[in-house]
Amino acid sequence: MNGAQDLGGAHGFGPVVPEQDEPVFHAAWERRVFALAMAMGYTGAWNLDGSRAARESLPPARYLASSYYRIWLEALEKQILAKDLVTPDEVAAGTASVPARPVARVLGAGELGPRFRAGFPSDRPADGPACFAVGDAVVTRNDHPVGHTRLPRYARGRRGVVERIHGAFVFPDTNAYGAGENPVWLYTVGFAAEALWGASADPGGRVTVAAFEPYLDPA
Amino acid sequence: MTHAHADHDHDHGSDLSPVEARVRALESLLVEKGYVDPAALDALVEMYETRIGPHLGARVVARAWVDPAFRARLLADATPTIAELDIGGRGGEHMVAVENTPEVHNLVVCTLCSCYPWPVLGLPPVWYKAPPYRARAVIDPRGVLAEFGVSLPETTRITVWDSTAETRFMVLPMRPAGTEGFSEAALAALVTRDAMIGTGLPRAVPVLAPEMPA
Repeated sequence: MNGAQDLGGAHGFGPVVPEQDEPVFHAAWERRVFALAMAMGYTGAWNLDGSRAARESLPPARYLASSYYRIWLEALEKQILAKDLVTPDEVAAGTASVPARPVARVLGAGELGPRFRAGFPSDRPADGPACFAVGDAVVTRNDHPVGHTRLPRYARGRRGVVERIHGAFVFPDTNAYGAGENPVWLYTVGFAAEALWGASADPGGRVTVAAFEPYLDPA
Repeated sequence: MTHAHADHDHDHGSDLSPVEARVRALESLLVEKGYVDPAALDALVEMYETRIGPHLGARVVARAWVDPAFRARLLADATPTIAELDIGGRGGEHMVAVENTPEVHNLVVCTLCSCYPWPVLGLPPVWYKAPPYRARAVIDPRGVLAEFGVSLPETTRITVWDSTAETRFMVLPMRPAGTEGFSEAALAALVTRDAMIGTGLPRAVPVLAPEMPA
């Protein structure tokens, strides 16, 4: 979606301000929001793409005015309500009033280390051969889906070159909505910075994106 | 986990900020419903606050600096190579290592959210997730680097890696001059988080002044 999350190339946000000796979390509540988001994601009630879709669909003004864990908190509340895991009254009260709905799994402290060490890979067996080879010239589609997608606006309708083939991966555009993993080929596509930014490009610079095959046409 | 008990105490909420109160209520509800185990929440925080961080990525870089075969494997297929050091997992299932050279400097960003290689760098700093960096890294990488105090030669071209899928990038910086004979541990101590994002360079080794002739 053309939401506030799609920030590449935007002007006016000011300088980057690194913080010296930055702590991992800046407040106790951030620790808990992080852990709640991880643990609730583990239940299988939604997937990572669904979480991203929930975060980026916050109204743009609120998205931009919110700290990152605040965005996570807003999205988490939205997701548990959307999945009927809790009721609005329960959220308001902070206490349960109706029975819980079954979830696929609950993360235990003992399994956290091994499960997170193993990770949750997103590659899948491919349905067919890749359409593109390394070195192929491609042009990204100039599509503007209202739903979740992972081709930034600055890289739409641009000519680039396939630099790597990563394999077939879960397709975020459908997976975010529980509409299937639909594995598709994933590529690194490189663009000359000039192709994206014209005269304001850093001389000789390049930008790469990880692009799913449905985002690409032959150039 | 000294903070855990205080965080779980729901009885004196009057001094809580609205967001603290809201998060405590949410946690209390999700625990009561049985969707989350509070011990797992504590363990998650402990893991990412104390055990998973850039010291792990620094070990990968140091190994690549001393072991050419490891370096070649890392650049060819990063995930299993990093796993040789028992490093990997959530947020780093599909790692790509990109090498800085005198000709090319690499910079990693996620313009769409906050994708970051957790197993090698830990959780991202606030600036990585905030609009200024996400907006400008792709259009003005040299200007962003200047804000980090990094000035590259004009002849060094910049490649920006936008983390738009589950591939996660780490930068293999150039080994600093004057580190011949350094141990892997001593080398790892030179590798900063920012050097592995591309917004920094490894710590320089102090150059000893040549001895004056007697």
